[in-house]
Amino acid sequence: MFKTLLMATTSALLLSSVSPTLAADDVVDIAAPFEITGLDPARSGDIFLRMSIVETLVEADGEGKPIPALAREWTMSEDGLIWRFSLEPGVKFHDGTALEAAAVANVLNIARGKPGLLSKAPIEAIAADGDDTVVITLTRPFTPLVAFLAESRAQILAPAAYQGADVKSIIGTGPYKLTSLEAPQKLAVERVADYWGEEPAIEKATYLSVGRAETRALMAESGDADYVFNLDPASRTRLSKSGKVELLSVSIPRSVLIKVNAGHDFLKDVKARQALSLAIDREGLAAAILRYPASATQLFPPSLGLWHDADLAPLAYGPEVATSLLAELGWKPGDDGILERDGKRFALTLTTYPDRPELPLIAAVLQDQLKEIGVELAINSTNSSEVPAKHQDGSLELALMARNFALVPDPIGTMLSDYGPKGGDWGAMNWSNPDFDEALDELTHITDPSAGESLRQRAVSIMQTELPVIPVAWYQQTVAVSSELEGATIDPFERSFGLKTMRWAQ
Amino acid sequence: MIKAIFNRLLQAVLVALLVGLLTFVMARSLPGDLAYRIAAGRYGYDLVGSAAAAKVSAELDLGQSALAALGRWFMDLVRLDLGTSLVTGAPVIDEISHHLGHTIKLSAAAILLSLLIGPPLGIFAGLRPGGVLDRGLLLVSTALRALPQFVVGLILIIVFGLMLQLLPTAGHDRGGHLILPALTLALGLAAVSNRVARDAMLSVSRSPYYTFGRTKGLSGWQVFLRHGLRNVAVPIVTYLGIQFVYLVEGVVVVETLFAWPGIGHALVHAIFGRDVPVIQGTALVMGLMFVALNALVDALCHLTDPRRAA
Repeated sequence: MFKTLLMATTSALLLSSVSPTLAADDVVDIAAPFEITGLDPARSGDIFLRMSIVETLVEADGEGKPIPALAREWTMSEDGLIWRFSLEPGVKFHDGTALEAAAVANVLNIARGKPGLLSKAPIEAIAADGDDTVVITLTRPFTPLVAFLAESRAQILAPAAYQGADVKSIIGTGPYKLTSLEAPQKLAVERVADYWGEEPAIEKATYLSVGRAETRALMAESGDADYVFNLDPASRTRLSKSGKVELLSVSIPRSVLIKVNAGHDFLKDVKARQALSLAIDREGLAAAILRYPASATQLFPPSLGLWHDADLAPLAYGPEVATSLLAELGWKPGDDGILERDGKRFALTLTTYPDRPELPLIAAVLQDQLKEIGVELAINSTNSSEVPAKHQDGSLELALMARNFALVPDPIGTMLSDYGPKGGDWGAMNWSNPDFDEALDELTHITDPSAGESLRQRAVSIMQTELPVIPVAWYQQTVAVSSELEGATIDPFERSFGLKTMRWAQ
Repeated sequence: MIKAIFNRLLQAVLVALLVGLLTFVMARSLPGDLAYRIAAGRYGYDLVGSAAAAKVSAELDLGQSALAALGRWFMDLVRLDLGTSLVTGAPVIDEISHHLGHTIKLSAAAILLSLLIGPPLGIFAGLRPGGVLDRGLLLVSTALRALPQFVVGLILIIVFGLMLQLLPTAGHDRGGHLILPALTLALGLAAVSNRVARDAMLSVSRSPYYTFGRTKGLSGWQVFLRHGLRNVAVPIVTYLGIQFVYLVEGVVVVETLFAWPGIGHALVHAIFGRDVPVIQGTALVMGLMFVALNALVDALCHLTDPRRAA
């Protein structure tokens, strides 16, 4: 029996080791941390979009400005209430059916009924006008609408993809069609024959969800994956010395922030929030944890050209000033150096989550830096959902989080949901400022670019002074690309893995 | 025999009930709001918010009492229905069967590899106790047991994936992908099974019947085959049953490291996402697997033990 077992195992191993080690085929293997949790665009729509399987009516250029995609052009009525989107002619879904306005209107109406930004736009109706025009009627003027239509959750699927409002299969219009899906980890795509746009060079690609950053880096280094997304700082340093891969980096519209409960007794005075901000040595923190210069001198990184204000006085490091600001508020050092006022210690809980592995590390550094000015932080590293949950039940004190400002290419969408008059799950808490609210509101219906610029500057300046959230660091996305691939790019808006522009090196 | 089968079946039913109850209580008593956690599992943290949580809560009827939810799960279970995943919306049975296949493949390869590595080395060491092989094996076995599986896996990837370029690092679409995760688990299992085999071999080789075999003129190899092998196999097979615990524990770590889509990986994600039916379903299947494997080990012991065969 033992002999049989021995032989069986040996032959099984021999058979399996016959397979080639490296991905020496014509398939581009992509590895990234995101799991495929379902077919619905609200769940994994971003992956289908990144793999160029599906498309939206509107795309974004490198600066985040809306550009035509499935909608070749659009117009807005004078009162700003009626938008007409003309569809690109000759577009076919992967099942061979033609893209028609009625189907598009139906898809957008379904998307609007699910959680997502589209559900927050003031839309009265979405309907078809003929075969090639979609008409969206608003209840009030809302210029960010066009950016909202670029969100991955507003992707256009074929009528056959739906059973009622549920998505049963992914039938898109992109240059690649889905050939296999093994949720939650894997999918494969193949180039379609009659794509309406320019035909890409790559024929086949796979996507693999790899949760651990070290594994992803090792896959890049061994050649097991050709395009590895989201590298951790340690792997980035190591891979930069490897001759087998090329590292691409781009500043992305995502910031690490401390969300502050401005209604908390210790934090309601703006001086307290400013003191916390002054206690943070952002440059040291970014160099030690993120390993690239990324200290956030304001909320928006330079990659968000429209919202980044280069003339704004930067957030500074000044522990002495911080101490004197807190002294003005009546805080005095206790026996152990922690500040006290009316018998209460300046002790707060900072909630964070390890989905981005650097966040708990940043929290530990913040804990040290704030202790220097006499503020005690307890770190609660938990599930990301605790941030919105504690926001809603009012128990949140501080939260360290990473916020993506480009869920749609124009951050106005995120700003409206995070910093509106009632605050937002991932933004302000118990903070409001009438001037700021007015600026944000006006931004939703003005069309004049220069007026928009001054409104954005006003809004950003108010946030810089009042600090409803305290910016800590800016993000940089890094991708490792096999040296056998040419033309690979990283999209700062995280909408595409760039399959359309890649080709194999000759 | 019929009584033994009946006992195992009864055990399986009790395990199912107990596991269902315990995992439900544990999953429900974990901190955090259920609706928000499920929304985070579904939509990712960029998109989780109160609107998504409210939608999840309404859709899944999370307002109902815990007792009602548990009752519904048991009623479904009686109809052999494990329910629907709260995160993906797919039937739990489909998710489990997809993952289970991968885990069984990985575990079977790990057990076979460990049997190929551990017992033969242990037997050789037991034949020459205190020799170089014996002492060396003790050292390696101790080191392997002391290192977390995560570290063993990483070392294997670095050596075989990067330095030697012999095997793929992570993934699951080619046969070669199976070797490194299976080897990671196998080394941990072999680290113990070689000691069990070594001790068994030592005690068998010192037994009167083994010495008699020698004195009646059989060669070392002949006496081992006729009087040693089956006697040594019994403790190894018995120990295999105990090692399943190590295997299940290891599968969770190894699957995550190697991006292997197994049941351990699914369980971790289900716990993060508070996907109670998936947690219950996976734990239930794992529990039943335990019962089945232990029954199998019993049967194997019964077959291999020369005293019973006689």
